Amino acid sequence: MSDMWAAIPPRGRIVLAMLLALLLVAPAVLDRYLMSVLILIFYFAFVGQAWNIMMGYAGQLSLGHALYAGLGGYVAALLWFYFGIGPWIGVFAGVAVAAAFGAVIGWLGFRFGIQGVYFALLTIAFAEFTRIAFDNMAFTGGPSGLFLLYDEHRAGEWWNLRGGPMLFYYLGLILAAGGALLTAWLSRSRLGYQWLAVREDQEAALSLGVGAFRAKMIAVLISASMTAIGGVFLAFYNNSLFPSQAFEIGRSIEIILAPVIGGLGTIFGPIIGAFILTPLGETLIALTAKFGLDLPGTKAVFYGLTLMIIITLRPDGVWPWLKRLLGLELKP
Amino acid sequence: MTALLKVDGISKRFRGLVAVDRLSFEVPQGSIFAVIGPNGAGKTTLFNMIAGVFAPDGGTISFAGERIDGLTPDKVCQRGIGRTYQIVRPFPALSVEDNVIVGALLHRPRVADARIHALDVLRRLDLFGKRAQRASSLTLPDRKRLEVARALATDPKLLLLDEVMAGLRPTETDRIVSILRDLNRDTGLTILLIEHVMRAVMALAGQILVLNHGKPIAQGVPREVVQDRAVIDSYLGAEALS
Ligand SMILES: Nc1ncnc2c1ncn2[C@@H]1O[C@H](COP(=O)(O)OP(=O)(O)O)[C@@H](O)[C@H]1O
Ligand SMILES: [Mg+2]
Repeated sequence: MSDMWAAIPPRGRIVLAMLLALLLVAPAVLDRYLMSVLILIFYFAFVGQAWNIMMGYAGQLSLGHALYAGLGGYVAALLWFYFGIGPWIGVFAGVAVAAAFGAVIGWLGFRFGIQGVYFALLTIAFAEFTRIAFDNMAFTGGPSGLFLLYDEHRAGEWWNLRGGPMLFYYLGLILAAGGALLTAWLSRSRLGYQWLAVREDQEAALSLGVGAFRAKMIAVLISASMTAIGGVFLAFYNNSLFPSQAFEIGRSIEIILAPVIGGLGTIFGPIIGAFILTPLGETLIALTAKFGLDLPGTKAVFYGLTLMIIITLRPDGVWPWLKRLLGLELKP
Repeated sequence: MTALLKVDGISKRFRGLVAVDRLSFEVPQGSIFAVIGPNGAGKTTLFNMIAGVFAPDGGTISFAGERIDGLTPDKVCQRGIGRTYQIVRPFPALSVEDNVIVGALLHRPRVADARIHALDVLRRLDLFGKRAQRASSLTLPDRKRLEVARALATDPKLLLLDEVMAGLRPTETDRIVSILRDLNRDTGLTILLIEHVMRAVMALAGQILVLNHGKPIAQGVPREVVQDRAVIDSYLGAEALS
């Protein structure tokens, strides 16, 4: 831990501490709408970080990450809905189910050498199959969705994630910060080096004794588990789940945008990306709704354009550029 | 001297082509052993079979008394065989130091220990001053030495070097030759090298195996091999005599 702090240049420590302090006190002055935007930012920073571990560090392209978020959310929500089991326990079940799916996808892909685009197609296929399955199951509410009734009597049960924006704000902040810390720690570990080696050149990594299969499997398991935690968070925040929204490819794309825009394989990339993209997206929704232009797909087109512009201007993402600009690079 | 590596009748076919044809030889512990021969003779294919990139179609490979043919490359490396690639393949986006740390982590779970070892290896290979550079920014001679450094960092008992001196200037060749000779003398490292640069082969090798069309055409100490009629005809050419 202490060497992680030491790896940040002094100026960076000041910026980081100020940003954290600002986010800690912000709810005192923010209105409900801005709170909701920040909660989404935290969510996307966190699940973006999860995806970043797999793609940015281990180099494995998943375009089906909505699967893990959806499974985590559904499992925890169903346990609550049917048995009154709270999300603090439900999250373990959600993570277990998502990790099991991740293990199957990873095993199929890595054991049989399905790589790159083909691996991505495999991840999409699993998400789509799961969407269709959930559409056809009665006990999950099918296509008409699963609703977690918001019972006023339980409004203060923060331990059951029954609470207002303040609860989800601080929980989201903890997730985003915790996800970044975990990634920073992993990236400096032996496993982190193995991921980078596999990402850069798997055959060369193997010839240096790196167990590529194991390294990639662990990446998928960690990534799926984190994403499932994000899914539980979102399900209890929204109080509703629909197969079409939980598992569709658009959801998966949303998850990957922040790290891609912010900078793959960097700790702060997903965070910066979420801070850029989410407010833009929310503003767009507000504007189009106001002028009655909220056609389906507007947001997707907008995200696509943003992605194109940023990737053209800053192919490595915003963070590596911003880091140089602010003089936050560590001198060797 | 006992054999560290024992290759016994191995073959490899690529569709119709027989790249390596029932080849047998032994590399003694602590020796420097060279494999030479014209392009397409099957030298790299031989290395790929030893290193586990593909299994031989027939025959066996033993290392330190145990069968290793059919093992995957990571397992072969874990047994104690390090290899370089003829066409270098550094991890381009990583620093020189991080490239070598990946190798050093094989037998050192802690990154701090691996870094200390990696820096030692980089000093040995004259790359210490360039440790912070991205591997993609290195010149070819530096990349070749990075390739050796990375393999060496895994603490191999046997080092496979595939044309690490090709394309280097004579001064750079001499530098690698002296580095390798020191390594072999100081640490007892066994080296199996494929090389075209005859001045390096003559300076280093205790024994030479000459391959042509996947078959051995001569084997022995350097002085004898370069005077062998078949070797001169098929590989060295008349100028080697002058
Ligand atoms: N992976 C491969 N697939 C098909 N043919 C190959 C492959 N690797 C090598 N060969 C062929 O095998 C023969 C020996 O190649 P190689 O071992 O690279 O020779 P050398 O290293 O001695 O120059 C060549 O004819 C080459 O084209
Ligand atoms: Mg070759």
